[in-house]
Amino acid sequence: MTYLSKTLMLCAGLALAACSSPDRFGDSNTVDLNSAGGTMAGTAQDPASPLYFQQTVGDRVLFQVDQSTLTSTAQATLDGQAQWLLTNTDYNAVIEGHADEQGTREYNLALGARRANSVHEYLVSKGVAGNRLKVISYGKERPIELCSNEACYAKNRRAVTVISAIPSS
Amino acid sequence: MMRYVLSLLVALAFWVAPVVAQDGPLRIEITEGVIEPLPFAAPDFVSDNATGADLGRKIADVVAADLTGTGLFREIQPDAFISRVTSFSSPVQFADWKAINTQALITGAVTADGNGKLVVRFRLYDVFAGQELGQGLQLEGTQDGWRRMAHKVADQVYSRITGEAPYFDSRVVFVAESGPKDQRSKRLAIMDYDGANVSYLTDSTSIVLAPRFSPDGKRVLYTSYESGFPRIYVMDVGAVQRRVLESQDGQMSFAPRFGPDGRAVLYSVSRGGNTDLYRMDIDSGASTRLTTAPSIETAPSFSPDGSQIVFESDRSGTPQLYVMPAGGGEAQRISFGQGRYGTPVWSPRGDLIAFTKQSKGRFHIGVMRTDGSEERLLTASFLDEGPTWSPNGRVIMFTRETQGAQGSASLYSVDITGRNLRQVGTTTGASDPSWSPLQD
Repeated sequence: MTYLSKTLMLCAGLALAACSSPDRFGDSNTVDLNSAGGTMAGTAQDPASPLYFQQTVGDRVLFQVDQSTLTSTAQATLDGQAQWLLTNTDYNAVIEGHADEQGTREYNLALGARRANSVHEYLVSKGVAGNRLKVISYGKERPIELCSNEACYAKNRRAVTVISAIPSS
Repeated sequence: MMRYVLSLLVALAFWVAPVVAQDGPLRIEITEGVIEPLPFAAPDFVSDNATGADLGRKIADVVAADLTGTGLFREIQPDAFISRVTSFSSPVQFADWKAINTQALITGAVTADGNGKLVVRFRLYDVFAGQELGQGLQLEGTQDGWRRMAHKVADQVYSRITGEAPYFDSRVVFVAESGPKDQRSKRLAIMDYDGANVSYLTDSTSIVLAPRFSPDGKRVLYTSYESGFPRIYVMDVGAVQRRVLESQDGQMSFAPRFGPDGRAVLYSVSRGGNTDLYRMDIDSGASTRLTTAPSIETAPSFSPDGSQIVFESDRSGTPQLYVMPAGGGEAQRISFGQGRYGTPVWSPRGDLIAFTKQSKGRFHIGVMRTDGSEERLLTASFLDEGPTWSPNGRVIMFTRETQGAQGSASLYSVDITGRNLRQVGTTTGASDPSWSPLQD
C-alpha cells in the first residue's frame, strides 16, 4: 500500500505521459503503469518490473531544440534501457518521439519520428533486437509540461520508451 | 457612386497596390490605407406567411453577416430605414435609401409552403444609379437548407459588386478540440464557413490531425492514430465512412493533400526516422516516392494546374519552402527570409503560396509569390499555423493557439491584404481548418 501511494504520487508529481494516457494504443498489451495496484507493472523495487524501468532505469531522454542527437546523459540512460531490455526479454517497447510546441504540426511529427528513431538505433546498436521495438511520433500532440517557456519545452522534447508485455498468443 | 466602389473593390482584389482606377469622372488611388466599407441595406425578406417571414428575417441576417464579415461592406441598421420594403414587386424608393447613404440595397421574398419547400427571390439595387445591378434571381430548396440559400444570395451580391468569385456557400473541415493541453481530445468536425451547422465525423477516442478536402468537397483526407500509429485515412463526408489509405507496418504517414484532379494524393512517410514525400493514386493505391533526401520533407501542396509541388524541407538546416515538378526531381528553394517556414499551400488562383513562418519567437501567416518574391506577413501571434485558402483565393483561415497551461486553439481568418483579421465562431476549441470549394 505504501508502494502504491508512492507510485501514484510519483506519477502525479512527474506528470508522466504513461500516466496521463495509459490506453492511447487502445491495446491491452500495453502495460498500464497507472492501474490500481500496478499488478502487471510490478513494483519499483522489482528490477524486472516495467515500473522499475520507468522510474529507476529512466524511461525518457531529452533533446536540444530541433535536435535528435543523443547527449551523453541520454546515452547513459539508454545504456540502462538496453541492459534492462536484454535482461527482460518478456517485454517489448514502443519508443515515442515528442516535440515542444514551437513548430508546425507536420514538422514536429517528422521531428518526433527522428528522435524516436535515434533511440531505436541506439538500443539496437546495444544489442536489443529491432523487432522488439516500435517507434511512433506524437509530434507536439502530447506535451507533459504545459507552460509556454523553455523550462517546459525542455521536458517536452523527449523520447519515451514505453514497455509493453509481449502478447501471449 | 456604385461604379466608384465597384472599381475600388475590384482593384483591391488584385492586391498589388497602388492601383489607379479611373472610371468616369471619378479617380481613386488605392493605397495600403484603410478602405471605406460599402454601406448596404438588407431589409428582412418579405413573405406572406409566418414561417416565411421568420426565414426571411434569418436569411437577411445571414446575408448581412456574410457581407460585413468580409470587411468590405457595412450594414445600415434597420432603425435608420425610411422606406419599409413590404412587397418584392413594388418600386424601390431610391431617394429614401439615398438619404441614409445606402449604396447597395438587397431586397428579397420568401415562399415557404407546408411541405418544407423554400423559394427565395432577391434583387440587388445600385441605389445611386437608381437601377438593379444584375438580374433578380430565384433559388429553390428546402427550409432546413435556408442558411445555404442565404449564403448563395450573399455570394451573388459579393460577386456582382466586387467582380470576384464568391466563397460564402462553402464549408470547413477542422479538428474540434477539448480538454487540457496534455490530454487534449480531438475530433474531426465539419461546419459552414461561418461556423454554423457543426457536425462531427469522428469520436474523440483517437488523435486526429489536419483534415483536407478533396477538390469536389465530397471526401476528406486526414491523419488518425486509431491504429496506434499515425496513418492516413480518407472519409466520405456524406456517408461518414472512412478507410485507411496508407498502412505499411513500421512507418508513419501524415500530411496528406489532394491534387487538383482528386486522384493524386501527396503525403509524408516517416520510416527509420527519415520523412519523405510520396504521391499516391487514390483509386489504384499505387504510390511513388518523390524525395529521397535524409532531411525532413513534409507538408506538400500541388499547384492548381497539378504541374508543381510546394513543400517544406530542412535540407538546408532549417525548415524552408521548396518547389519541385509534380513527378519529383530537382527542387528550387523559394523562401529566403529570416526564420523558419512551413505548411505551404498553393492558392486556388495559382499566384500565391500561403505559409507559416516562425521568427524571433513569434508565428506568422504569410503569402509570397510562387517564386518566393514579395513575401508579406499577414498575422503575428504566439502561434499561428496551417493556412487554408477560401475558394476564391481572397481569404485565408488558420489556427491560432494561445500560450500557457490554459492555452487553446481557435480558428481565425484574414484577407490576403492583411486586413480583416477575425475569429471564426466555434463552440469548442478548433484547429487545422481546410476550406472546401464552393458548393454546387
